[in-house]
Amino acid sequence: MRDVPNLRVLERGNCVKTILERLDEREAIARLGGGIERLKAQHTRGKLTARERIELLLDEGSFEEFDMFVQHRAVDFGMDAVKIPGDGVVTGWGTINGRTIFVFAKDFTVFGGSLSETHAQKIIKLQDMALRNRAPIIGLFDAGGARIQEGVAALGGYGEVFQRNVLASGVIPQISVIMGPCAGGDVYSPAMTDFIFMVKDTSYMFVTGPDVVKTVTNETVTAEQLGGASVHATQSSIADHGYENDVEALLQMRRLVDFLPASNVAPLPEWPSFDTSDRLDYSLDTLIPDNPNKPYDVKELIVKTVDEGDFFEIQQTHARNIVVGFARFEGRTVGIVANQPLVLAGVLDSDASRKAGRFVRFCDCFNIPIVTFVDVPGFLPGVAQEHGGLIKHGAKLLFAYAEATVPKITIITRKAFGGAYDVMASKHLRGDVNYAWPTAQIAVMGAKGAVEIIFRKDIGDPEKIAKQTKDYEDRFLSPFVAAERGYIDEVIQPHTTRKRVSRALALLRTKNLENPWKKHDNIPL
Amino acid sequence: MFKKILIANRGEIACRVIKTARKLGISTVAVFSEADRNALHVRMADEAVFIGAAAASESYLVMDKIVAACVETGAEAVHPGYGFLSERAAFPEALAAKGIVFIGPNAKAIEAMGDKIQSKKYAQAAGVSVVPGFLGEIETPEDAARIADDIGYPVMIKASAGGGGKGMRIAHSREEAIEGFARARSEAKSSFGDDRVFIEKFIIEPRHIEIQVLGDKHGNIIHLGERECSIQRRNQKVIEEAPSPLLDAATREKMGAEAVALAKAVGYDSAGTVEFVAGQDKQFYFLEMNTRLQVEHPVTELVTGLDLVEQMIRIAAGEKLTLTQHDVTLRGWAVESRVYAEDPARNFLPSTGRLVTYRPPAEGLVDGITIRNDTGVYEGAEISINYDPMIAKFITYGGSRQAAVEAQAEALDAFVIHGIRHNIPFLNSVMRHERFRSGKLSTQFLAEEYPKGFTPHVPQGEEALALAAVAAAIDDVLNERKRHITTQLPAAKPVTFTKERSVLLGKERYDIRIEHGVEGARVHFEKENLFYFCRSSWRGGEIVWHGTINGVAACVQVQPIPNGFCLARGGAEVEARVYTRREADLSAFMPEKAQAEASKALLCPMPGLVRAIHVAPGQEVKAGDPLCVVEAMKMENVLRADQDVTIKSVLAKEGDSLAVDAVIMEFA
Repeated sequence: MRDVPNLRVLERGNCVKTILERLDEREAIARLGGGIERLKAQHTRGKLTARERIELLLDEGSFEEFDMFVQHRAVDFGMDAVKIPGDGVVTGWGTINGRTIFVFAKDFTVFGGSLSETHAQKIIKLQDMALRNRAPIIGLFDAGGARIQEGVAALGGYGEVFQRNVLASGVIPQISVIMGPCAGGDVYSPAMTDFIFMVKDTSYMFVTGPDVVKTVTNETVTAEQLGGASVHATQSSIADHGYENDVEALLQMRRLVDFLPASNVAPLPEWPSFDTSDRLDYSLDTLIPDNPNKPYDVKELIVKTVDEGDFFEIQQTHARNIVVGFARFEGRTVGIVANQPLVLAGVLDSDASRKAGRFVRFCDCFNIPIVTFVDVPGFLPGVAQEHGGLIKHGAKLLFAYAEATVPKITIITRKAFGGAYDVMASKHLRGDVNYAWPTAQIAVMGAKGAVEIIFRKDIGDPEKIAKQTKDYEDRFLSPFVAAERGYIDEVIQPHTTRKRVSRALALLRTKNLENPWKKHDNIPL
Repeated sequence: MFKKILIANRGEIACRVIKTARKLGISTVAVFSEADRNALHVRMADEAVFIGAAAASESYLVMDKIVAACVETGAEAVHPGYGFLSERAAFPEALAAKGIVFIGPNAKAIEAMGDKIQSKKYAQAAGVSVVPGFLGEIETPEDAARIADDIGYPVMIKASAGGGGKGMRIAHSREEAIEGFARARSEAKSSFGDDRVFIEKFIIEPRHIEIQVLGDKHGNIIHLGERECSIQRRNQKVIEEAPSPLLDAATREKMGAEAVALAKAVGYDSAGTVEFVAGQDKQFYFLEMNTRLQVEHPVTELVTGLDLVEQMIRIAAGEKLTLTQHDVTLRGWAVESRVYAEDPARNFLPSTGRLVTYRPPAEGLVDGITIRNDTGVYEGAEISINYDPMIAKFITYGGSRQAAVEAQAEALDAFVIHGIRHNIPFLNSVMRHERFRSGKLSTQFLAEEYPKGFTPHVPQGEEALALAAVAAAIDDVLNERKRHITTQLPAAKPVTFTKERSVLLGKERYDIRIEHGVEGARVHFEKENLFYFCRSSWRGGEIVWHGTINGVAACVQVQPIPNGFCLARGGAEVEARVYTRREADLSAFMPEKAQAEASKALLCPMPGLVRAIHVAPGQEVKAGDPLCVVEAMKMENVLRADQDVTIKSVLAKEGDSLAVDAVIMEFA
């Protein structure tokens, strides 16, 4: 930071022109952040600088910066001698495709992006503005945690940021993009936002780093192994996706924002669809294989049903037995939840339940209708699952669907067995429009298991068992028993799915449903 | 005329025959195996009869089942298509025993031509020129070597009962002749159950040219000109055309006359094909006669204006040929590509699975070009492992060879298949190949021009500029739509996007400026100072960009990727991203990523039962190859290789019950 020009050089005469010039000069200095060498070092590491990132995230020329000249006020450890305008975070607002977005970006070149009291105040100011004006806020992280020299003042700063994350939760969308180190106190603000995205190889996220881990548990890991994008996007579920690089991540954030309303009271964004809502797709009639034990890719169904095949998947690599993400019908956003028969037969386990439960709650917060495609053989049996709390985790998804008041459209394509049938946006959980394909099998369980219980005395007689199995299949492995009871509103031809879902969504635009007043619910966390 | 016929076949040829039968007012009966319940030919036919398990040997090849299906449905005649029972002399006999007509030649003709040695003897007797060779059966390697010495090298050793390149060897020396004899013999034994082989002269730079003949039951026989099928891969035809760029009128007449002479000699009474091998000097020799409808018959239909299936049905019903040789004229040029479910990048291995997308170009006559697509599949159909991997025969017909080839290349650009690997980019590349265009063909063409198989090339020069311009035009359409997104900040005008942009095409960057004019999108390449005009009605979500580039019609396949598109055209494929200048500048700082290190073992992803292991230690597998099948939740999950690996050891075996993360196999 020694290559920052000395501010005293700027003290000249007082005529208006020089006063205006002085603003330009001060701004130029602030834009240099930690200096040219450090900005260059970001590039050598394959990363962009804070201001470059904001530039790519927002519409060209739309960024307006706040608090450019803020400096820290610490005096201990010689800090009073080192001051850099901006204090390690760039804050402000701009637009993404014309829609307001608040954004802050940690500046790694200034004190390593570490959080001081004033640095925190800049973020707090932005959070307050975003909440007051009901517009999304995006944080770009690339920083080294609390500024140790400031001690408890930094901790206080974190606390204030956390508090505002919580107050804004469910009111405005909050998105975090991790584009460098993010450790210690820094991780908990992203953790409380709606989505966390990471950049592969250049970002990592953990509460305590490899050195502390080594000392405490004697485990040797690299930062990448401990908290890299692939770990968090695949195993821990902390990250919703890991992108290849900064540019890809930022441009994909623009794509995501196009799906999201500005707040919980704002209308859904809408654009003219290139696709026709009554498009029929006959290839869906053969999507379900003849052999009930053969999987198929539910993403084909999603892509062929939604507008233009455009699907923004969330948590693509975690709990792949369930697929969630955003898409559009008639140019308006919906949330898609679908069991994935290709992975673990689409079974519900703890991870899948948590993943989908959180997504359903996001959609409900922001009035995004939910379209659910069901092909679920049940909950995953096993010691690990039961001991891992499957009951409670499974209940999260059940709870989320049951409390959601947004339009809920459900299409059962094949299996809907047992408790999992109830969970997956069934009629009993206030599903608005519940369709089934003719291939649907809505039952307590598959034929073999059911027959072996009901006709236990006949187990020794394979002929009888075969007949009972056949009878069970004919009677119960169809959508019609459920349809006879009105649990299914209609059995539809697969090729009409897009048309039927589009119409149902249009119908449900005026849906009005409220839950009883409560301080908040008590979801099984 | 028949009222009802049965088609003893599947796939495109069954559909093809049904079309003609329908035209003639004949009702149709399809037969189908377990794997073909939802097949197109079953959907198209008036009736369909189930004939057994997926394996052809248990369904399409079982004569009794076909005969029973005829009796059950009252079909008066059977069209055998090609392959399966079409050239079994016993089949017409079995049908005749029940009073059912075989739509094809008489059993004696099939028998006479069915054996390669026999057929050559007939040919010689009929005065047809044959390749120098030994027509007797060969007993020992020593005999083989002596005979090969007599003929002169190179020689070809071939299975008598063979076809499709199986049991075939080329020997350039005595040693190779001895070894090739043994190999050909054992292959012939395992493939055809008949280990007889013969040896003949091998012609250098040979061309495969065949004559279509047509005979009736009243002794009339004519020929319908030739087809050239020199574009072959391992003796499997890939591209066929009619007429042949090699032949002149005199050679054609001579070849036709010999073919007719042979057909007469065996009393031929249906559509058949006499295959010749021709040298570049237009000398030709008889190869064999196929006593059935050929796969590539459509090119002859287009240049003669005849419906060969109709002719076969009429002949079988006892009608006389209404044509004389004099009536047959060849007009224009037809080219056929065989679209296969195979992966050109992986040594043309068959690819099976669901046709997630299947959109052939529209058939019909437009601007003097006829497009015809003979197919047996549809979007959402399954390409099964049980049968031939041919998806379709795609034919274009125009006034000249150049017109037909150019039309084919352009139409292939718009032929979209997703879900399985296929050879369309490869076919497209051949259509644009200079040597192919010049007509200098030989059966070695593909081996010589594509020795390493085929992978799409990175576009260069004008090809690249055209794709960059299309990318810019596509991006512009999407940007224009973004301007209409609701809930924008109240402002005088909606969000605008700069017209100065950079197209990143693979690793190349093109700075452009895009404007709209009456001629569509005008893309100015700044550095090159070139203008490209793109006009199209393309809209987001469409998988083919149809339009004109600088006034010339063009189709580009468009597949979305993060922040861009994968564009494909003319055998080229490239990732395109359209950025602002600033985005492009900053992209330059993004690191190139090395391929992730391969994992060293395959772990069981879920508790389950090992149903099958598809690989063995030491085996090399390619990314996407199935490694094993694990059953969990009563579902079969195929575990595939993430990348190209060699199997070091296999630790699990069929029937094992595995826990999560149990090691199934290790990779070297």
